[in-house]
Amino acid sequence: MLGMFHKIFKTGLVTEEPASDAEIEQLAPELKRMVDKQFRGSLAIRMVDAGSCNGCELEIHALNNPYYAIERYGVHFVASPRHADALLVTGPVSRHMEAALIATYEAMAKPCYVIASGDCACNGGEFGVNYASCGAVENVLPVDLKIPGCPPSPAQLTRGLLILMGQREPVQR
Amino acid sequence: MSEAWLNEIQQQFAATGIETVEHHPARLLPARQLEIAPHAWVPATALCRQCAMRWAAFWVRETGSGLEAFSCLEKGGGYLILSTRLGEQQPLESIAHLYPAADRPQRHAHDLFGIAFEGQCDSRRWTRHQAWREDDFPLRGDGQTTKPPAPTPAPTPADDSYPFVQASGSAVYEIAVGPVHAGIIEPGHFRFQAVGETVINLEKHLGYVHKGIEKLARGRDLDGLARLAGRVSGDSTVAHSWAACQAAERVLGVEPPPRAQLLRAIMAERERVANHLGDIGAICNDVGFAFPHYQLSRLKERLVRDNALLFGHRLMMDRIVPGGVAIDIDSQGADHMFACTQELESEVARLIEIIERSESLEDRLMTTGRLTPEWAAELGCLGYVGRASGCDFDVRRDAPYAPYHRVEVAVPGYRAGDVAARAKIRADEIGISLGLMRRFVELLEPGEHRLPMPQGRGGEGLGIVDGWRGEIISYLALDADGRVERFFPRDPSWLNWPALEQLIQGNIVPDFPVCNKSINGSYSGQDL
Repeated sequence: MLGMFHKIFKTGLVTEEPASDAEIEQLAPELKRMVDKQFRGSLAIRMVDAGSCNGCELEIHALNNPYYAIERYGVHFVASPRHADALLVTGPVSRHMEAALIATYEAMAKPCYVIASGDCACNGGEFGVNYASCGAVENVLPVDLKIPGCPPSPAQLTRGLLILMGQREPVQR
Repeated sequence: MSEAWLNEIQQQFAATGIETVEHHPARLLPARQLEIAPHAWVPATALCRQCAMRWAAFWVRETGSGLEAFSCLEKGGGYLILSTRLGEQQPLESIAHLYPAADRPQRHAHDLFGIAFEGQCDSRRWTRHQAWREDDFPLRGDGQTTKPPAPTPAPTPADDSYPFVQASGSAVYEIAVGPVHAGIIEPGHFRFQAVGETVINLEKHLGYVHKGIEKLARGRDLDGLARLAGRVSGDSTVAHSWAACQAAERVLGVEPPPRAQLLRAIMAERERVANHLGDIGAICNDVGFAFPHYQLSRLKERLVRDNALLFGHRLMMDRIVPGGVAIDIDSQGADHMFACTQELESEVARLIEIIERSESLEDRLMTTGRLTPEWAAELGCLGYVGRASGCDFDVRRDAPYAPYHRVEVAVPGYRAGDVAARAKIRADEIGISLGLMRRFVELLEPGEHRLPMPQGRGGEGLGIVDGWRGEIISYLALDADGRVERFFPRDPSWLNWPALEQLIQGNIVPDFPVCNKSINGSYSGQDL
C-alpha cells in the first residue's frame, strides 16, 4: 500500500494544461467553456465502432489517459445511447454493423450530434464502398462533424470536439 | 532440426500411402508445401495430428479451373503446408473433427468462396450475416468481371436469426451482449447461458466488422497492399504490415537491408510493449484497481509519443513498406530510444512489483478464466494466451526471421492458464522486449533503409511474424503484372477467440470483462 502511495506521490500530476501543443493550450479552456455553455457542463458521448480496424479506438482511449484526461472538461463516454448527447462513430460502416448503428442512433434523445471520427468514417478511407462496406458514416446517418486522421490523434479529437461545440445546432433531419 | 522433422513426416506420408507432390522451386518458403489429392486431405491431416503438429491456418484461392485449399501446420518451428486442388463445386472433407480450431476458418471460406465441407458438424454461416445472399460468394470471380452482388435490402437488416446453441432448464437464462458494447471497444455478439451467476456456455458471433479486406486486396500494387495490411487490425499495424511485406519480398526475392530489418523489429517490439502496457492496466481496471491503469496508460502515452517523434506516427502505421521501412532514425533518435527504454524498464518493474503485492488483485485474477494446457494445445492458442497455458511457441525464437536470428529471444511460459498468468506473461514480455529493443539499437549500422521492389513479376509467398498477439501468417499471390491476386492475413485471434469460450465456463458472469480483456482478441483481424 505504501509503495503505491509513494509511486503516486512521486509521479505527481502529469495531466497537461496541454502546454506541449500550443494549439491545444488555446483549445482546452475553450472546450471547457463551450461544454459548460452548450451542455451545462457535461457532454456525454456514446462511441460506436461501425467497422474500424481498432486504431481509432486506441486513440479515443488515450483521451482518457492522465495526459489528456478529457473528463476534466466535462466530456465523458457513456455506455447507453439514451444518456448521450453525441454519437462518435469510427470506421467505414460495415454492412453488418449498419442496423446496429442505426438502432443506436435511434435510441438517442434528439437533438443529438453525430461525429464521424477517422478517415474511414469521413470518406471510407482505405475500405470505401464495397459488398461489405457502406463507406463513410454520412452514407448511413446525417453527420454533424468529421474529424479526419488515420487515426486522429487525441489532440485532433479534442480539436474536433471543440469545433462541434462551436456549431449552434445539430444537423436537422 | 525442423528440416529433419519435415523429412520425417514426408516419409510417414509415403509409408501410409499418401502421395505428395513437392514443387520445385518451392512455392511457399520457408514452409514445406506438399500437394495432395483431395481424398487424402483428412488422412494426411490425421497423420499430422498423430505427430502432434499444431494446426495454424486455412485459406482458399481461386485457380483457373476451381479452387486450391491450403492448410498450414507447424511443429518445432518447421511449417508444413498441405494443399489440394478442387474442381468447380467439388467439396472438401472437413478437418474440424481433428483440429477444432479449423471450424470457423472453414466456415469463413465457405461464406466467401462457396467451398462445401463434407462431414463438418457445424455448418452454420460465420462471416456472412445479411449483407449478401446465401448463394452469393464475394470472393468468386476474378475481381474485374465479378457479377455485382445481388441486391439485398438497404439498409442491411439486423442479423437477428443466427442459430445460437440453446440451453434449456428451469434455472437457465440467456444473456445477449452486443454487437454494440458498453465501452470504447470493437463490436461483436456474445451469447451467454447462465445458471445463477455461473456461465455454463458462451458462444460468440463475430463478423460485424467484416469489410471485405480479402477482396479489397485484389488488384492492388504492393504499396497499396501494405497500407491495407496495416489496417487489418490497427493495434497490430506494424506486425500485419510486416507479415504482408515479408510475403511480398519472398515472392520477389528481395531481402530488405539489415538496417531496415532492425528498424522493423524495433517498431514491432514497441508495438508489443505499448499494447501490453495498456492491457495490463485495463485488466487491473476491470476488477476495480485503477492505480495501475492510470500509471501504465501514462507510460504507454509516453511510448506512443516517442513513436510519433521517432517514426512520425503514434501507432507507426504505414512505416513498414515493401522493401524496407518508410522512415529512418538518426543517431540522436537511437540514443534517445536507448535511454527511454532503460527508464521505462525500471518504472514498469516498480509498478509490476506493486501490482503483484496486491492481495485483492490476486484474489480476483488467480484461478479466474483458467485455460488448461490441454485445451490451449487442442485449440493451438498463440501468444500470451498460449504461453500462459503451456504452449510457448514464438516465431521469433522457434522459426526466427531477420533480424531475430541475430539475437536470443527469451519466451516466458506458465501453465496456470488463468487471467493472472496471462497478465504475468505480458509483464515479462515487456521487460524482454525492452531488452531486445536496446540490443537492436546497438546493432544498427549506417546503411540503406529501403530497396526498390521489382515490378511486373508474379508468384506466391508467405509472411510469418510474431505480433504482440502471437504468430501472424500472411499468404500472398501476385499475378504476372505484380498485382495482388490473393491476400489472406491470418490474425492470431482466429485461434485465441475459441479459447475465451472454453475458459469462461464455470466462471461468474461479472468476471467476463476481465477474462475477455485477458485474451483481447482482435475483432477486425478476425472478421477481415
